[in-house]
Amino acid sequence: MLAGCDGAFSTLTPAGPAASGIALLWWVMLGGAGLITILVLSLAWIALRSGPRATVERPWTIWGGLAFPLAVLAMLVGFALWIGERMIARDDGAFAVQAEAYQWGWSFVQPGPDGPVRTEGVLYVPARQPFDIVLTSRDVIHSFWVPQLGGKMDAIPGRRNVHRLQADAPGRYEGLCAEFCGLGHAAMRFEVVVYDPSGPLPDLAPLPQGSASAGGTAP
Amino acid sequence: MTDTRPAIAPNPPQRAIRLHRELDRVWTDLPGWRGFLTSVNHGTLGLRFMATAIVFFGIGGVLAMLIRAQLATRDGAFLDTALYNQIFTMHGSIMMFLFAIPMLEGLGLWLLPKILGARDMAFPRLSALGYWCYLFGGIIILLSLLAGVAPDGGWFMYVPLSGKTHTPGISADVWLLGVTFVEISAIAAAVEITVSILRCRAAGMRLAAMPLMGWYMLGTAAMMLVGFPPLILGSILLELERAAGWPFFDILRGGDPLLWQHLFWLFGHPEVYIIFLPAAGVLSTIIPVFARVPILGYGAIVAAILGLVFLSFGLWVHHMFTVGIPHMALAFFSAASALVAVPTAVQIFAWIGTMWAGRVTMRLPMLHVAGFFLTFVMGGLTGVMLAMVPFNWQAHDTAFVTAHLHYVLVGGFVFPMLAAITYWMPMICGRFRVRALGEAAFLLILVGFHGTFFLMHLTGLLGMPRRIDVYPDNPEWEWLNLISSIGGMVMSAGFALFALDIAMQWLFGRRSRRNPWRAPTLDWAMALPAPSYNVASLPGPGRDTADALLPLARGEGLLPGAPRGRRETLVVDPGSGRPDHVAVLPGNTALPIVTAATIGSLVLLMLAGLYPLAPLAILAILWAAWRWGRIMGTADEAAPIPVAPGLSLPEHYQCRNTLAFSGAVALLVADGTLYASLLFGVAFLTVIAPNWPAPDSGLSMLDLWLAGGALLAMAGGSLAARLAESRRTRPLGGQAALAGILAAILGLALLAGLALQLDDPTRHARNALRGVLLGHAAVHGVIALMMGLRSLADIRAGRVSRTRRGAAPVWRLFGDFWLATSAVSVAVVVLQEVLA
Repeated sequence: MLAGCDGAFSTLTPAGPAASGIALLWWVMLGGAGLITILVLSLAWIALRSGPRATVERPWTIWGGLAFPLAVLAMLVGFALWIGERMIARDDGAFAVQAEAYQWGWSFVQPGPDGPVRTEGVLYVPARQPFDIVLTSRDVIHSFWVPQLGGKMDAIPGRRNVHRLQADAPGRYEGLCAEFCGLGHAAMRFEVVVYDPSGPLPDLAPLPQGSASAGGTAP
Repeated sequence: MTDTRPAIAPNPPQRAIRLHRELDRVWTDLPGWRGFLTSVNHGTLGLRFMATAIVFFGIGGVLAMLIRAQLATRDGAFLDTALYNQIFTMHGSIMMFLFAIPMLEGLGLWLLPKILGARDMAFPRLSALGYWCYLFGGIIILLSLLAGVAPDGGWFMYVPLSGKTHTPGISADVWLLGVTFVEISAIAAAVEITVSILRCRAAGMRLAAMPLMGWYMLGTAAMMLVGFPPLILGSILLELERAAGWPFFDILRGGDPLLWQHLFWLFGHPEVYIIFLPAAGVLSTIIPVFARVPILGYGAIVAAILGLVFLSFGLWVHHMFTVGIPHMALAFFSAASALVAVPTAVQIFAWIGTMWAGRVTMRLPMLHVAGFFLTFVMGGLTGVMLAMVPFNWQAHDTAFVTAHLHYVLVGGFVFPMLAAITYWMPMICGRFRVRALGEAAFLLILVGFHGTFFLMHLTGLLGMPRRIDVYPDNPEWEWLNLISSIGGMVMSAGFALFALDIAMQWLFGRRSRRNPWRAPTLDWAMALPAPSYNVASLPGPGRDTADALLPLARGEGLLPGAPRGRRETLVVDPGSGRPDHVAVLPGNTALPIVTAATIGSLVLLMLAGLYPLAPLAILAILWAAWRWGRIMGTADEAAPIPVAPGLSLPEHYQCRNTLAFSGAVALLVADGTLYASLLFGVAFLTVIAPNWPAPDSGLSMLDLWLAGGALLAMAGGSLAARLAESRRTRPLGGQAALAGILAAILGLALLAGLALQLDDPTRHARNALRGVLLGHAAVHGVIALMMGLRSLADIRAGRVSRTRRGAAPVWRLFGDFWLATSAVSVAVVVLQEVLA
């Protein structure tokens, strides 16, 4: 089963703290949801199979319907807030790049050796440090998503959305547009090249589209 | 427990067959095709709604199969992207607007009078108008698919993609105008369901003791009254932007694409519960029948329904977690979205507890109830997962969400509807089903469904986004999609078998005995198939369960037969169920279909871009509306109607608090929500949108004088309407009505003057919003004017009297609404000018 979880777009093979936190949240929720499903369906099954039994309302509606979900949800919301707090972009002067989405492609501006460099379809960021993507759109709404690094954020005309991500190690990661944006939506992909900040800066020449290999492998 | 309600003595028994003939002559549809065009009977129209919805379900299902065929392999053999985009947009739109909503409306129309003990819904003509608007709108949307110009922007039609720049042509207009046309039926259904539940129940049936289906449908209708107006407003605004260039969503001219998302999801999230509540009502009705015990936790369930209605309006933003909204808002909407699981859990556990307390017989409807449990529980849990913001950021817009929403909608709506169809089929066709087919269909649907959607969660987690047609570089998604496609085909086969089973039952089933499930509710207190008038005499205290079948058929209940040759039903006090008066309902008429046709002509003219001809269609609509008002007055001074020994009640003409009055109040709730949504739009754009403040408006003191004059005219109109009602029999009444009409005309003229002063609406969103505020006032001015004219006509023709008020009470309501909203609009504009 887990062998099927590979692939360049898998949220289950995280390569950054945000994606790892969310993957942990997912596995916890899956376990909890599985137990609750079994519990509820078992009760329903027993209730269907035999009877009648003497019963009163309170354990069902008050304990089962009110107290049980409230307790579970309180814990879950708390845990999710704790996970989420750590991935919110904040004003701390982090490494920043710009991403402009258009029908149908991505234009990035990132720091290069001689000042900002614009690239098409490839974004260069350093490893092991948080970076902010400033998202804008030229035409319709798009959404920036690199599943192995973390969640998605929309690029909306007239707005600047800031999205924070971080990669654990140098490598190539694949991204796509997640918000339906018309005829070219399915092919609106891009690549994130994560380089080692202690080494020399990579050559920021835009790579030709489609040369990307599977994400997570060293360049 | 002793019955503390005041007893109502039984009428003397009569021969049931004579009563049946007398009633059926009055209540039945006209024979042949004229019956098809002129029926206003809730039974006919409810079934027609459901049958039409099932046809659209089949069409939406075929589109789903095309999607699954396309995605089965990564190179997606046969559809090009443009067509694929139309197909998934139409699949979603058809299933939501042309299947789910009409299906629940049809169930409500068909079932509510039966289960609450009435002869029809409160507004039979409105049932028919809703049906024709639904059918005509649905056909327009469907024809666009055949013509290859179907909407292709996804079922939530996000701007700017659905704006004129990125979607030229008429495809988006088809969606906006077609869906709005169909939504007339939703508002119509919401108004009449609300009023029917509150006022057309069995005598003595307290609100707090009515069958749970009543509570569920009341919650649904209330949500529809408040949930649909934001969508209708959003559609009007977007159509205005597309057709006339008024910029509500264009960022460069002070609009904001996020306004559309807010308006859409203000509708879209409650929509999920609008669909779920009637289905849950079916479960709360069916489960106790097969468990042979009363429902466990009636009060808790009612509280859960009210909680759901309230909470569902506080969590629309969880569809927008990735648009970049403030941090605290994320936490608030996340917690609220999780909280909505609580009232759902209360109901789930109440149902399990009910089955626990009883001994369940596993008949076919209960199999579908089991299908509900097996599916919906997981859908609810993945919903809680999606309410968690970090997880939502990963799963949003992926196949995970597709899987989740199908678990919720198929589990929470389709399975309960299949249960409902199999449960009520004996009442619909009077026959039992043929053995074994139904069970096989259920198994195919269940296995096919989980085969399609269970692994789709994983597909989403592996990164597959929604709404892509090919994935040539992602072999890891292919096996999952192939399994989903095979599951989809199995599910389709199951639905086909289900349809076959229903057809077999209709044609070949053996005759069903009365109340075959031995259910307690009133819907089974009638002959099978259900007669046109439901019950020969109306239920009352002590005769309000299915056991009252024979006494009711013999005319021992209230208001037996149809001795006056009219369609009559009892109207009660909303809370206590105390009999209040007798409503005389309209009979067969072509007015609804003619009215729907006039509205349809307006829609078609707009679609064709023939705007200069639109006023003709509007005149036709006004002519039809004028004809609707004709039944508000009567020249007859009827004596009180004998309802039961010692109980005689007035006709509705002689009462102030009529069904029509309640309906007008319900309609104004929807209308007021539309206006509140518009104010939300004004506030949102003023505060949030970039490119504000707007350029100088050029408004002057003259405009303030014009607006002030218009408000004075409206106030005068309201006053005149009051006088026209209170002095209706004297010459003064006619003069007051005339004064009210002149005031309305003056108010409209001053509004026209303001329109001439208005800064170019295409220049900036502020001007465009002012144009809409003005348009809103003008529309209500025309309504007030029409009501004034109706009152004057009735006074002149002697169709009102000391006891009969005619249209005046409703005129007052609309006049006051016109005045109040216009005053708020003026205040908003003044505030904008002062702050600018």
